[in-house]
Amino acid sequence: MRTSERIAAGVLVALALAVLLVPLVAQLDQQLVDLRAANQGPSLAHPFGTDEVGRDVLLRVVYGLRVSLLIGLVAALVSVTVGTVAGLTAGALGGAADRVIMRVVDGFNSVPHLLFGIFIVALFSPSATAVVASVGLTHWTTAARIVRSEVLTLRARPFVDAAISGGSSRLRVVRRHFLPHLLPHIALASVLMVPHAIWHETALSFLGLGLPPHLASLGNMINDGARSLLAGNWWASLFPGLFILLPTLAISVLVQHWRDRANPRRRSELQL
Amino acid sequence: MTRALARMAVWRLVFTVPLLFAVTLGMFALAKASPFDPVRQYLGDRAVVTSPEVVAQIRENWGLDRPVAEQYLTWLGNLVQGDLGDSRSMHRPVAEVIGERIGWTLLAVSCALVLMLLVSLAVGALAAWRRDSWLDRLISGTAYANEAAPVFWVALIVIWVFAVQLRWLPPGGLTDPAATTLEAGDVLRHMILPVAVLAFSQSSWLLLFVRESLIATLREDFVLGARARGLRERTVIVRHALRSALLPFITLLGARIPELVTGAILVESVFSWPGVASASVQAALAADFPLLAALTLLATLAVVLGNLLADSAYVIADPRVRVLGVS
Repeated sequence: MRTSERIAAGVLVALALAVLLVPLVAQLDQQLVDLRAANQGPSLAHPFGTDEVGRDVLLRVVYGLRVSLLIGLVAALVSVTVGTVAGLTAGALGGAADRVIMRVVDGFNSVPHLLFGIFIVALFSPSATAVVASVGLTHWTTAARIVRSEVLTLRARPFVDAAISGGSSRLRVVRRHFLPHLLPHIALASVLMVPHAIWHETALSFLGLGLPPHLASLGNMINDGARSLLAGNWWASLFPGLFILLPTLAISVLVQHWRDRANPRRRSELQL
Repeated sequence: MTRALARMAVWRLVFTVPLLFAVTLGMFALAKASPFDPVRQYLGDRAVVTSPEVVAQIRENWGLDRPVAEQYLTWLGNLVQGDLGDSRSMHRPVAEVIGERIGWTLLAVSCALVLMLLVSLAVGALAAWRRDSWLDRLISGTAYANEAAPVFWVALIVIWVFAVQLRWLPPGGLTDPAATTLEAGDVLRHMILPVAVLAFSQSSWLLLFVRESLIATLREDFVLGARARGLRERTVIVRHALRSALLPFITLLGARIPELVTGAILVESVFSWPGVASASVQAALAADFPLLAALTLLATLAVVLGNLLADSAYVIADPRVRVLGVS
Protein backbone atom coordinates (compact mmCIF):
# COMPACT_ATOMS: atom_id res chain seq x y z
CA MET A 1 0.00 0.00 0.00
CA ARG A 2 1.35 3.39 -0.94
CA THR A 3 1.07 6.46 1.25
CA SER A 4 -1.55 8.18 -0.89
CA GLU A 5 -3.62 5.03 -0.80
CA ARG A 6 -3.36 4.85 2.97
CA ILE A 7 -4.36 8.47 3.38
CA ALA A 8 -7.32 8.02 1.04
CA ALA A 9 -8.52 4.92 2.87
CA GLY A 10 -8.04 6.72 6.20
CA VAL A 11 -10.09 9.70 5.02
CA LEU A 12 -12.93 7.46 3.89
CA VAL A 13 -12.94 5.49 7.14
CA ALA A 14 -12.86 8.70 9.20
CA LEU A 15 -15.74 10.20 7.23
CA ALA A 16 -17.75 6.99 7.51
CA LEU A 17 -17.18 6.88 11.26
CA ALA A 18 -18.18 10.53 11.63
CA VAL A 19 -21.33 10.01 9.64
CA LEU A 20 -22.26 6.91 11.64
CA LEU A 21 -21.19 7.91 15.14
CA VAL A 22 -21.74 11.66 15.45
CA PRO A 23 -25.56 11.39 15.32
CA LEU A 24 -25.33 9.13 18.39
CA VAL A 25 -23.57 11.88 20.35
CA ALA A 26 -24.95 15.14 19.01
CA GLN A 27 -28.45 15.73 17.76
CA LEU A 28 -29.10 18.23 15.03
CA ASP A 29 -32.08 20.51 15.41
CA GLN A 30 -32.89 21.47 11.82
CA GLN A 31 -34.98 24.45 12.87
CA LEU A 32 -32.61 25.83 15.51
CA VAL A 33 -31.94 29.53 15.15
CA ASP A 34 -29.59 31.39 17.48
CA LEU A 35 -29.06 34.85 16.03
CA ARG A 36 -26.70 35.89 18.85
CA ALA A 37 -24.26 33.27 17.59
CA ALA A 38 -24.73 34.07 13.88
CA ASN A 39 -21.78 34.34 11.49
CA GLN A 40 -19.06 33.47 13.99
CA GLY A 41 -15.69 32.48 12.59
CA PRO A 42 -14.02 29.16 13.42
CA SER A 43 -13.29 28.89 17.15
CA LEU A 44 -12.84 26.17 19.75
CA ALA A 45 -16.57 26.06 20.45
CA HIS A 46 -17.41 26.00 16.74
CA PRO A 47 -14.39 24.61 14.83
CA PHE A 48 -16.05 25.34 11.46
CA GLY A 49 -17.80 28.52 12.66
CA THR A 50 -21.53 29.21 12.57
CA ASP A 51 -23.85 30.08 9.68
CA GLU A 52 -26.05 33.11 9.13
CA VAL A 53 -28.64 31.96 11.66
CA GLY A 54 -26.13 30.75 14.24
CA ARG A 55 -26.09 27.00 13.54
CA ASP A 56 -22.86 25.08 14.07
CA VAL A 57 -21.34 24.41 10.64
CA LEU A 58 -19.36 21.34 11.74
CA LEU A 59 -22.41 19.49 13.01
CA ARG A 60 -24.43 20.46 9.96
CA VAL A 61 -21.60 19.35 7.64
CA VAL A 62 -21.59 15.90 9.23
CA TYR A 63 -25.37 15.64 8.90
CA GLY A 64 -25.19 17.08 5.40
CA LEU A 65 -22.62 14.48 4.40
CA ARG A 66 -24.98 11.84 5.76
CA VAL A 67 -27.86 13.09 3.63
CA SER A 68 -25.69 13.54 0.54
CA LEU A 69 -24.07 10.11 0.96
CA LEU A 70 -27.43 8.43 1.38
CA ILE A 71 -28.86 10.11 -1.71
CA GLY A 72 -25.65 9.43 -3.61
CA LEU A 73 -25.75 5.73 -2.69
CA VAL A 74 -29.40 5.30 -3.61
CA ALA A 75 -29.02 7.23 -6.86
CA ALA A 76 -25.90 5.27 -7.79
CA LEU A 77 -27.69 2.01 -7.03
CA VAL A 78 -30.68 3.02 -9.16
CA SER A 79 -28.59 4.13 -12.12
CA VAL A 80 -26.25 1.12 -12.03
CA THR A 81 -29.18 -1.29 -11.73
CA VAL A 82 -31.02 0.27 -14.67
CA GLY A 83 -27.76 0.43 -16.63
CA THR A 84 -26.89 -3.21 -15.91
CA VAL A 85 -30.31 -4.44 -17.01
CA ALA A 86 -30.15 -2.33 -20.18
CA GLY A 87 -26.56 -3.29 -20.97
CA LEU A 88 -27.17 -6.99 -20.31
CA THR A 89 -30.28 -6.99 -22.49
CA ALA A 90 -28.48 -5.19 -25.30
CA GLY A 91 -25.40 -7.39 -25.12
CA ALA A 92 -27.15 -10.72 -24.58
CA LEU A 93 -29.94 -10.29 -27.12
CA GLY A 94 -27.95 -8.42 -29.76
CA GLY A 95 -29.53 -7.51 -33.09
CA ALA A 96 -32.42 -5.07 -33.12
CA ALA A 97 -32.75 -4.92 -29.32
CA ASP A 98 -29.08 -3.97 -29.07
CA ARG A 99 -29.41 -1.27 -31.69
CA VAL A 100 -32.54 0.22 -30.13
CA ILE A 101 -31.07 0.27 -26.62
CA MET A 102 -27.79 1.80 -27.77
CA ARG A 103 -29.62 4.52 -29.72
CA VAL A 104 -31.59 5.32 -26.55
CA VAL A 105 -28.26 5.52 -24.70
CA ASP A 106 -26.94 7.92 -27.35
CA GLY A 107 -30.11 9.95 -27.05
CA PHE A 108 -29.81 10.27 -23.28
CA ASN A 109 -26.14 11.16 -23.59
CA SER A 110 -26.79 14.01 -26.00
CA VAL A 111 -28.75 15.97 -23.40
CA PRO A 112 -26.33 17.46 -20.86
CA HIS A 113 -26.89 15.58 -17.59
CA LEU A 114 -27.27 18.53 -15.28
CA LEU A 115 -29.75 20.24 -17.61
CA PHE A 116 -31.80 17.06 -17.88
CA GLY A 117 -31.67 16.73 -14.11
CA ILE A 118 -32.80 20.34 -13.74
CA PHE A 119 -35.63 19.63 -16.16
CA ILE A 120 -36.87 16.66 -14.15
CA VAL A 121 -36.57 18.34 -10.77
CA ALA A 122 -38.27 21.51 -12.04
CA LEU A 123 -41.31 19.60 -13.19
CA PHE A 124 -41.58 17.27 -10.21
CA SER A 125 -41.12 19.71 -7.33
CA PRO A 126 -37.73 19.56 -5.60
CA SER A 127 -37.44 16.57 -3.25
CA ALA A 128 -35.10 13.71 -2.47
CA THR A 129 -37.09 11.42 -4.79
CA ALA A 130 -36.83 13.90 -7.66
CA VAL A 131 -33.08 14.21 -7.14
CA VAL A 132 -32.62 10.43 -7.07
CA ALA A 133 -34.80 10.08 -10.16
CA SER A 134 -32.94 12.79 -12.02
CA VAL A 135 -29.52 11.29 -11.26
CA GLY A 136 -30.71 7.75 -11.90
CA LEU A 137 -32.36 8.62 -15.20
CA THR A 138 -29.35 10.50 -16.53
CA HIS A 139 -26.53 8.22 -15.43
CA TRP A 140 -27.61 4.69 -16.22
CA THR A 141 -26.06 5.08 -19.68
CA THR A 142 -22.48 4.84 -18.39
CA ALA A 143 -23.14 1.53 -16.65
CA ALA A 144 -25.12 0.28 -19.66
CA ARG A 145 -22.16 0.94 -21.99
CA ILE A 146 -19.67 -0.77 -19.69
CA VAL A 147 -21.87 -3.82 -19.13
CA ARG A 148 -22.71 -4.18 -22.81
CA SER A 149 -19.11 -4.06 -23.97
CA GLU A 150 -18.13 -6.61 -21.31
CA VAL A 151 -20.97 -8.90 -22.37
CA LEU A 152 -19.84 -8.64 -25.99
CA THR A 153 -16.34 -9.83 -25.09
CA LEU A 154 -17.77 -12.53 -22.82
CA ARG A 155 -20.01 -13.83 -25.59
CA ALA A 156 -16.97 -14.67 -27.68
CA ARG A 157 -15.42 -16.81 -24.91
CA PRO A 158 -15.37 -20.62 -25.31
CA PHE A 159 -17.13 -21.36 -22.01
CA VAL A 160 -20.17 -19.47 -23.21
CA ASP A 161 -20.20 -21.48 -26.44
CA ALA A 162 -19.89 -24.62 -24.35
CA ALA A 163 -22.83 -23.60 -22.15
CA ILE A 164 -25.01 -22.79 -25.14
CA SER A 165 -24.20 -26.02 -26.98
CA GLY A 166 -24.80 -27.83 -23.71
CA GLY A 167 -28.37 -26.61 -23.92
CA SER A 168 -28.33 -23.77 -21.38
CA SER A 169 -31.15 -21.28 -21.80
CA ARG A 170 -30.38 -17.63 -22.47
CA LEU A 171 -31.42 -16.69 -18.97
CA ARG A 172 -29.17 -19.33 -17.47
CA VAL A 173 -26.20 -18.12 -19.51
CA VAL A 174 -26.85 -14.59 -18.30
CA ARG A 175 -27.21 -15.65 -14.69
CA ARG A 176 -24.50 -18.27 -14.42
CA HIS A 177 -21.91 -17.06 -16.90
CA PHE A 178 -22.33 -13.36 -17.55
CA LEU A 179 -23.29 -11.92 -14.17
CA PRO A 180 -20.39 -13.38 -12.12
CA HIS A 181 -17.91 -11.97 -14.63
CA LEU A 182 -19.69 -8.65 -14.73
CA LEU A 183 -19.82 -8.16 -10.97
CA PRO A 184 -16.37 -6.53 -10.55
CA HIS A 185 -17.14 -4.10 -13.38
CA ILE A 186 -20.56 -3.33 -11.94
CA ALA A 187 -19.03 -2.83 -8.51
CA LEU A 188 -16.42 -0.45 -9.88
CA ALA A 189 -19.08 1.46 -11.82
CA SER A 190 -21.15 1.81 -8.65
CA VAL A 191 -18.20 3.03 -6.61
CA LEU A 192 -17.39 5.64 -9.24
CA MET A 193 -21.03 6.62 -9.52
CA VAL A 194 -21.43 7.53 -5.84
CA PRO A 195 -19.25 10.68 -5.87
CA HIS A 196 -20.82 11.68 -9.15
CA ALA A 197 -24.31 11.28 -7.71
CA ILE A 198 -23.28 13.31 -4.65
CA TRP A 199 -21.97 15.98 -6.97
CA HIS A 200 -25.33 16.09 -8.77
CA GLU A 201 -27.30 16.29 -5.56
CA THR A 202 -25.16 19.16 -4.30
CA ALA A 203 -25.28 20.98 -7.63
CA LEU A 204 -29.08 20.75 -7.78
CA SER A 205 -29.47 21.76 -4.14
CA PHE A 206 -27.01 24.60 -4.65
CA LEU A 207 -29.15 25.93 -7.50
CA GLY A 208 -32.18 25.77 -5.19
CA LEU A 209 -33.60 22.82 -7.14
CA GLY A 210 -32.68 19.96 -4.86
CA LEU A 211 -33.62 19.12 -1.32
CA PRO A 212 -35.90 21.33 0.81
CA PRO A 213 -33.86 24.38 1.91
CA HIS A 214 -34.05 23.81 5.67
CA LEU A 215 -32.53 20.32 5.38
CA ALA A 216 -28.81 20.13 6.14
CA SER A 217 -27.35 18.84 2.88
CA LEU A 218 -23.97 19.82 1.53
CA GLY A 219 -25.47 21.59 -1.49
CA ASN A 220 -28.00 23.50 0.61
CA MET A 221 -25.24 24.55 3.00
CA ILE A 222 -23.04 25.91 0.20
CA ASN A 223 -26.09 27.74 -1.13
CA ASP A 224 -26.75 29.24 2.32
CA GLY A 225 -23.08 30.07 2.71
CA ALA A 226 -23.01 31.87 -0.63
CA ARG A 227 -25.45 34.43 0.75
CA SER A 228 -23.22 35.49 3.62
CA LEU A 229 -20.01 35.17 1.56
CA LEU A 230 -20.02 38.81 0.46
CA ALA A 231 -20.16 39.78 4.12
CA GLY A 232 -16.87 37.94 4.61
CA ASN A 233 -18.25 34.64 5.98
CA TRP A 234 -16.09 32.15 4.10
CA TRP A 235 -16.39 29.19 6.49
CA ALA A 236 -20.09 28.52 5.90
CA SER A 237 -19.43 27.60 2.25
CA LEU A 238 -15.78 26.46 2.39
CA PHE A 239 -16.22 23.53 4.80
CA PRO A 240 -19.27 21.91 3.19
CA GLY A 241 -17.42 22.01 -0.14
CA LEU A 242 -14.34 20.39 1.41
CA PHE A 243 -16.57 17.53 2.48
CA ILE A 244 -17.63 16.97 -1.12
CA LEU A 245 -14.04 17.23 -2.32
CA LEU A 246 -12.49 14.87 0.26
CA PRO A 247 -14.53 11.69 -0.33
CA THR A 248 -14.50 12.25 -4.11
CA LEU A 249 -10.73 12.62 -4.16
CA ALA A 250 -10.21 9.66 -1.81
CA ILE A 251 -12.38 7.39 -3.94
CA SER A 252 -10.63 8.44 -7.15
CA VAL A 253 -7.19 7.81 -5.59
CA LEU A 254 -8.26 4.34 -4.46
CA VAL A 255 -9.78 3.49 -7.83
CA GLN A 256 -6.65 4.72 -9.60
CA HIS A 257 -4.45 2.44 -7.50
CA TRP A 258 -6.85 -0.44 -7.98
CA ARG A 259 -6.72 0.05 -11.74
CA ASP A 260 -2.93 0.22 -11.73
CA ARG A 261 -2.84 -3.03 -9.85
CA ALA A 262 -5.40 -4.71 -12.09
CA ASN A 263 -3.52 -3.56 -15.15
CA PRO A 264 0.20 -3.47 -14.29
CA ARG A 265 1.24 -3.09 -17.91
CA ARG A 266 -0.17 0.41 -18.18
CA ARG A 267 1.76 1.47 -15.14
CA SER A 268 5.07 0.02 -16.21
CA GLU A 269 4.63 1.69 -19.58
CA LEU A 270 4.22 5.03 -17.89
CA GLN A 271 7.28 4.48 -15.77
CA LEU A 272 9.58 3.56 -18.62
CA MET B 1 -11.49 13.34 -48.29
CA THR B 2 -14.14 16.02 -48.75
CA ARG B 3 -16.55 13.38 -49.98
CA ALA B 4 -16.04 11.14 -47.00
CA LEU B 5 -16.38 14.13 -44.73
CA ALA B 6 -19.57 15.32 -46.40
CA ARG B 7 -21.05 11.85 -46.23
CA MET B 8 -20.33 11.59 -42.53
CA ALA B 9 -21.75 15.06 -41.88
CA VAL B 10 -24.93 14.31 -43.81
CA TRP B 11 -25.39 11.00 -41.98
CA ARG B 12 -24.95 12.69 -38.64
CA LEU B 13 -27.44 15.40 -39.51
CA VAL B 14 -29.94 12.81 -40.72
CA PHE B 15 -29.68 11.13 -37.32
CA THR B 16 -30.04 14.45 -35.54
CA VAL B 17 -33.61 15.00 -36.69
CA PRO B 18 -35.12 11.88 -35.06
CA LEU B 19 -32.98 12.54 -32.00
CA LEU B 20 -34.40 16.02 -31.56
CA PHE B 21 -37.90 14.64 -32.07
CA ALA B 22 -37.25 12.04 -29.40
CA VAL B 23 -36.01 14.76 -27.02
CA THR B 24 -39.13 16.89 -27.62
CA LEU B 25 -41.34 13.85 -27.07
CA GLY B 26 -39.50 12.95 -23.86
CA MET B 27 -39.74 16.49 -22.52
CA PHE B 28 -43.42 16.74 -23.38
CA ALA B 29 -44.19 13.40 -21.74
CA LEU B 30 -42.35 14.51 -18.59
CA ALA B 31 -44.22 17.80 -18.55
CA LYS B 32 -47.56 16.02 -18.89
CA ALA B 33 -46.66 13.55 -16.14
CA SER B 34 -45.62 16.34 -13.80
CA PRO B 35 -47.98 17.47 -11.03
CA PHE B 36 -47.49 21.13 -11.97
CA ASP B 37 -50.50 22.93 -13.33
CA PRO B 38 -49.19 25.65 -15.64
CA VAL B 39 -52.33 27.77 -15.26
CA ARG B 40 -52.09 27.73 -11.48
CA GLN B 41 -48.39 28.46 -11.81
CA TYR B 42 -49.16 31.40 -14.10
CA LEU B 43 -51.81 32.84 -11.81
CA GLY B 44 -49.77 32.40 -8.65
CA ASP B 45 -51.55 33.85 -5.62
CA ARG B 46 -54.39 35.04 -7.82
CA ALA B 47 -55.37 31.41 -8.44
CA VAL B 48 -57.43 31.45 -5.23
CA VAL B 49 -59.53 34.44 -6.20
CA THR B 50 -59.82 33.81 -9.96
CA SER B 51 -63.20 32.49 -11.02
CA PRO B 52 -63.31 29.00 -12.52
CA GLU B 53 -64.66 30.47 -15.80
CA VAL B 54 -61.56 32.58 -16.25
CA VAL B 55 -59.32 29.60 -15.46
CA ALA B 56 -61.24 27.55 -17.99
CA GLN B 57 -60.83 30.36 -20.50
CA ILE B 58 -57.06 30.41 -20.00
CA ARG B 59 -56.92 26.63 -20.34
CA GLU B 60 -58.81 26.92 -23.59
CA ASN B 61 -56.60 29.75 -24.86
CA TRP B 62 -53.50 27.68 -24.13
CA GLY B 63 -55.08 24.62 -25.71
CA LEU B 64 -54.78 22.63 -22.47
CA ASP B 65 -58.30 21.22 -22.88
CA ARG B 66 -57.32 19.38 -26.08
CA PRO B 67 -56.17 15.77 -26.25
CA VAL B 68 -52.53 15.30 -25.22
CA ALA B 69 -51.43 14.09 -28.66
CA GLU B 70 -52.94 17.16 -30.27
CA GLN B 71 -51.23 19.44 -27.73
CA TYR B 72 -47.90 17.80 -28.53
CA LEU B 73 -48.38 18.13 -32.28
CA THR B 74 -49.41 21.78 -31.96
CA TRP B 75 -46.37 22.53 -29.83
CA LEU B 76 -44.08 20.60 -32.17
CA GLY B 77 -45.59 22.31 -35.23
CA ASN B 78 -44.94 25.71 -33.64
CA LEU B 79 -41.36 24.70 -32.78
CA VAL B 80 -40.67 23.57 -36.34
CA GLN B 81 -42.01 26.86 -37.64
CA GLY B 82 -39.68 28.69 -35.29
CA ASP B 83 -42.32 29.74 -32.78
CA LEU B 84 -40.82 28.78 -29.42
CA GLY B 85 -43.78 30.04 -27.42
CA ASP B 86 -43.84 32.52 -24.54
CA SER B 87 -41.72 32.29 -21.44
CA ARG B 88 -44.14 32.15 -18.53
CA SER B 89 -41.66 33.40 -15.97
CA MET B 90 -40.18 36.27 -17.97
CA HIS B 91 -43.48 37.11 -19.73
CA ARG B 92 -41.79 37.48 -23.10
CA PRO B 93 -41.39 35.34 -26.21
CA VAL B 94 -38.83 32.57 -25.63
CA ALA B 95 -37.02 33.44 -28.86
CA GLU B 96 -36.51 36.99 -27.59
CA VAL B 97 -35.14 35.79 -24.24
CA ILE B 98 -32.71 33.40 -25.93
CA GLY B 99 -31.71 35.93 -28.59
CA GLU B 100 -30.87 38.48 -25.93
CA ARG B 101 -28.88 36.09 -23.74
CA ILE B 102 -27.12 33.68 -26.08
CA GLY B 103 -24.50 36.24 -27.10
CA TRP B 104 -23.30 36.60 -23.51
CA THR B 105 -23.05 32.84 -23.09
CA LEU B 106 -21.16 32.39 -26.34
CA LEU B 107 -18.80 35.21 -25.42
CA ALA B 108 -18.01 33.81 -21.97
CA VAL B 109 -17.77 30.19 -23.13
CA SER B 110 -15.55 30.87 -26.13
CA CYS B 111 -13.17 33.02 -24.07
CA ALA B 112 -13.07 30.26 -21.45
CA LEU B 113 -12.34 27.64 -24.12
CA VAL B 114 -9.43 29.61 -25.58
CA LEU B 115 -8.00 30.27 -22.12
CA MET B 116 -8.42 26.64 -21.12
CA LEU B 117 -6.67 25.39 -24.27
CA LEU B 118 -3.71 27.70 -23.91
CA VAL B 119 -3.22 27.13 -20.21
CA SER B 120 -3.68 23.39 -20.15
CA LEU B 121 -1.44 22.89 -23.19
CA ALA B 122 1.34 24.92 -21.64
CA VAL B 123 0.98 23.58 -18.10
CA GLY B 124 0.38 19.99 -19.22
CA ALA B 125 3.48 20.08 -21.42
CA LEU B 126 5.47 21.55 -18.55
CA ALA B 127 4.36 18.75 -16.23
CA ALA B 128 5.24 16.09 -18.80
CA TRP B 129 8.63 17.61 -19.51
CA ARG B 130 9.52 17.83 -15.82
CA ARG B 131 7.95 14.47 -15.06
CA ASP B 132 8.02 13.29 -11.42
CA SER B 133 9.51 16.54 -10.16
CA TRP B 134 7.83 18.50 -7.38
CA LEU B 135 6.42 20.79 -10.08
CA ASP B 136 4.78 17.87 -11.86
CA ARG B 137 3.38 16.59 -8.56
CA LEU B 138 1.97 20.01 -7.76
CA ILE B 139 0.38 20.38 -11.20
CA SER B 140 -1.10 16.88 -11.35
CA GLY B 141 -2.25 17.05 -7.74
CA THR B 142 -4.05 20.34 -8.34
CA ALA B 143 -5.62 18.93 -11.49
CA TYR B 144 -6.92 15.84 -9.67
CA ALA B 145 -8.28 17.94 -6.82
CA ASN B 146 -9.87 20.30 -9.31
CA GLU B 147 -11.59 17.35 -10.97
CA ALA B 148 -13.12 16.40 -7.64
CA ALA B 149 -14.06 19.93 -6.59
CA PRO B 150 -17.54 21.20 -7.48
CA VAL B 151 -17.19 24.18 -9.80
CA PHE B 152 -19.76 26.28 -7.92
CA TRP B 153 -17.70 25.88 -4.76
CA VAL B 154 -14.49 26.87 -6.55
CA ALA B 155 -16.37 29.89 -7.90
CA LEU B 156 -17.37 30.92 -4.38
CA ILE B 157 -13.79 30.63 -3.13
CA VAL B 158 -12.58 32.70 -6.06
CA ILE B 159 -15.25 35.35 -5.33
CA TRP B 160 -14.20 35.46 -1.71
CA VAL B 161 -10.50 35.88 -2.55
CA PHE B 162 -10.67 38.28 -5.49
CA ALA B 163 -13.90 40.19 -4.86
CA VAL B 164 -14.34 40.22 -1.10
CA GLN B 165 -10.80 40.15 0.28
CA LEU B 166 -8.64 41.73 -2.41
CA ARG B 167 -11.46 43.78 -4.00
CA TRP B 168 -9.76 43.53 -7.38
CA LEU B 169 -12.75 42.42 -9.39
CA PRO B 170 -16.55 42.57 -9.10
CA PRO B 171 -18.26 39.47 -7.61
CA GLY B 172 -20.82 39.10 -10.38
CA GLY B 173 -23.22 40.60 -12.87
CA LEU B 174 -22.55 41.97 -16.33
CA THR B 175 -21.96 45.64 -15.54
CA ASP B 176 -21.60 47.89 -12.58
CA PRO B 177 -24.98 48.25 -10.78
CA ALA B 178 -24.76 52.02 -11.27
CA ALA B 179 -23.89 51.82 -14.95
CA THR B 180 -26.57 52.92 -17.39
CA THR B 181 -24.79 51.96 -20.60
CA LEU B 182 -22.89 48.89 -21.71
CA GLU B 183 -19.19 49.67 -21.76
CA ALA B 184 -16.62 47.22 -23.04
CA GLY B 185 -14.16 47.85 -20.22
CA ASP B 186 -16.81 47.36 -17.56
CA VAL B 187 -18.09 44.12 -19.13
CA LEU B 188 -14.51 42.90 -19.48
CA ARG B 189 -13.84 43.43 -15.79
CA HIS B 190 -17.01 41.51 -14.90
CA MET B 191 -16.06 38.76 -17.30
CA ILE B 192 -12.64 37.90 -15.91
CA LEU B 193 -13.71 35.85 -12.89
CA PRO B 194 -16.47 33.75 -14.54
CA VAL B 195 -14.31 33.05 -17.59
CA ALA B 196 -11.32 32.11 -15.45
CA VAL B 197 -13.37 29.80 -13.22
CA LEU B 198 -15.06 28.12 -16.19
CA ALA B 199 -11.70 27.64 -17.93
CA PHE B 200 -10.08 26.32 -14.75
CA SER B 201 -12.90 23.88 -14.05
CA GLN B 202 -12.73 22.47 -17.57
CA SER B 203 -8.96 22.40 -17.79
CA SER B 204 -7.91 19.49 -15.58
CA TRP B 205 -8.92 16.61 -17.86
CA LEU B 206 -7.18 18.25 -20.81
CA LEU B 207 -4.10 19.06 -18.76
CA LEU B 208 -3.82 15.50 -17.49
CA PHE B 209 -4.49 14.20 -20.97
CA VAL B 210 -1.77 16.39 -22.51
CA ARG B 211 0.63 15.29 -19.80
CA GLU B 212 0.06 11.58 -20.25
CA SER B 213 -0.10 11.73 -24.00
CA LEU B 214 3.11 13.73 -24.16
CA ILE B 215 4.92 11.39 -21.79
CA ALA B 216 3.98 8.49 -24.05
CA THR B 217 5.02 10.37 -27.18
CA LEU B 218 8.35 11.46 -25.73
CA ARG B 219 9.39 7.79 -25.79
CA GLU B 220 8.69 7.38 -29.50
CA ASP B 221 11.49 6.93 -32.00
CA PHE B 222 10.87 10.12 -33.90
CA VAL B 223 11.40 12.13 -30.72
CA LEU B 224 14.62 10.26 -30.08
CA GLY B 225 15.53 11.01 -33.70
CA ALA B 226 14.82 14.69 -33.27
CA ARG B 227 16.94 14.79 -30.13
CA ALA B 228 19.71 12.83 -31.84
CA ARG B 229 19.77 15.42 -34.61
CA GLY B 230 20.63 17.92 -31.89
CA LEU B 231 17.42 19.94 -31.99
CA ARG B 232 16.69 22.22 -29.10
CA GLU B 233 14.56 20.72 -26.32
CA ARG B 234 11.83 23.29 -26.90
CA THR B 235 11.63 22.44 -30.57
CA VAL B 236 11.48 18.75 -29.80
CA ILE B 237 8.64 19.21 -27.32
CA VAL B 238 6.57 21.77 -29.15
CA ARG B 239 7.13 20.91 -32.81
CA HIS B 240 7.52 17.16 -32.68
CA ALA B 241 6.06 15.55 -29.57
CA LEU B 242 3.17 17.87 -28.73
CA ARG B 243 1.89 17.83 -32.28
CA SER B 244 1.56 14.10 -32.38
CA ALA B 245 0.28 13.86 -28.83
CA LEU B 246 -2.58 16.23 -29.58
CA LEU B 247 -4.38 14.24 -32.26
CA PRO B 248 -6.92 12.39 -30.11
CA PHE B 249 -7.61 15.48 -28.09
CA ILE B 250 -9.60 17.07 -30.90
CA THR B 251 -12.26 14.38 -30.59
CA LEU B 252 -12.17 14.56 -26.82
CA LEU B 253 -12.84 18.26 -26.93
CA GLY B 254 -16.00 17.84 -29.00
CA ALA B 255 -17.19 15.12 -26.67
CA ARG B 256 -16.81 17.45 -23.70
CA ILE B 257 -19.60 19.81 -24.76
CA PRO B 258 -22.04 18.35 -22.17
CA GLU B 259 -19.55 19.12 -19.38
CA LEU B 260 -19.08 22.59 -20.82
CA VAL B 261 -22.84 23.18 -20.72
CA THR B 262 -22.94 21.92 -17.11
CA GLY B 263 -20.04 24.20 -16.17
CA ALA B 264 -21.69 27.16 -17.88
CA ILE B 265 -24.97 26.60 -16.01
CA LEU B 266 -23.24 26.61 -12.63
CA VAL B 267 -20.74 29.38 -13.31
CA GLU B 268 -23.32 31.69 -14.88
CA SER B 269 -25.60 31.12 -11.91
CA VAL B 270 -22.93 31.88 -9.32
CA PHE B 271 -21.74 35.02 -11.10
CA SER B 272 -25.26 36.15 -12.15
CA TRP B 273 -24.01 36.23 -15.72
CA PRO B 274 -27.05 37.00 -17.92
CA GLY B 275 -26.58 34.12 -20.37
CA VAL B 276 -28.81 31.30 -21.56
CA ALA B 277 -27.28 28.80 -19.15
CA SER B 278 -28.34 30.73 -16.05
CA ALA B 279 -31.73 31.33 -17.70
CA SER B 280 -32.31 27.57 -17.59
CA VAL B 281 -32.02 27.65 -13.80
CA GLN B 282 -34.39 30.61 -13.56
CA ALA B 283 -36.82 28.83 -15.87
CA ALA B 284 -36.58 25.68 -13.75
CA LEU B 285 -37.19 27.56 -10.51
CA ALA B 286 -40.37 28.99 -12.04
CA ALA B 287 -41.34 25.69 -13.76
CA ASP B 288 -41.34 27.65 -17.02
CA PHE B 289 -41.76 24.78 -19.47
CA PRO B 290 -41.55 26.65 -22.84
CA LEU B 291 -38.25 28.34 -21.96
CA LEU B 292 -36.74 25.27 -20.29
CA ALA B 293 -37.73 23.05 -23.22
CA ALA B 294 -36.24 25.45 -25.77
CA LEU B 295 -32.99 25.69 -23.80
CA THR B 296 -32.75 21.92 -23.45
CA LEU B 297 -33.21 21.53 -27.20
CA LEU B 298 -30.57 24.18 -27.77
CA ALA B 299 -28.11 22.33 -25.52
CA THR B 300 -28.84 19.03 -27.26
CA LEU B 301 -28.18 20.65 -30.61
CA ALA B 302 -24.89 22.03 -29.26
CA VAL B 303 -23.83 18.54 -28.12
CA VAL B 304 -24.67 16.99 -31.49
CA LEU B 305 -22.86 19.73 -33.39
CA GLY B 306 -19.89 19.38 -31.06
CA ASN B 307 -19.64 15.68 -31.84
CA LEU B 308 -19.92 16.39 -35.55
CA LEU B 309 -17.23 19.06 -35.47
CA ALA B 310 -14.96 16.81 -33.44
CA ASP B 311 -15.29 13.94 -35.88
CA SER B 312 -14.78 16.19 -38.90
CA ALA B 313 -11.73 17.77 -37.34
CA TYR B 314 -10.34 14.32 -36.68
CA VAL B 315 -10.88 13.25 -40.27
CA ILE B 316 -9.08 16.36 -41.48
CA ALA B 317 -6.24 16.16 -38.96
CA ASP B 318 -5.41 12.46 -39.11
CA PRO B 319 -4.63 11.09 -42.56
CA ARG B 320 -4.90 7.52 -41.23
CA VAL B 321 -8.61 7.95 -40.55
CA ARG B 322 -9.03 9.29 -44.07
CA VAL B 323 -7.23 6.49 -45.81
CA LEU B 324 -8.85 3.71 -43.83
CA GLY B 325 -12.22 5.42 -44.01
CA VAL B 326 -12.94 4.86 -40.35
CA SER B 327 -15.44 7.65 -40.09
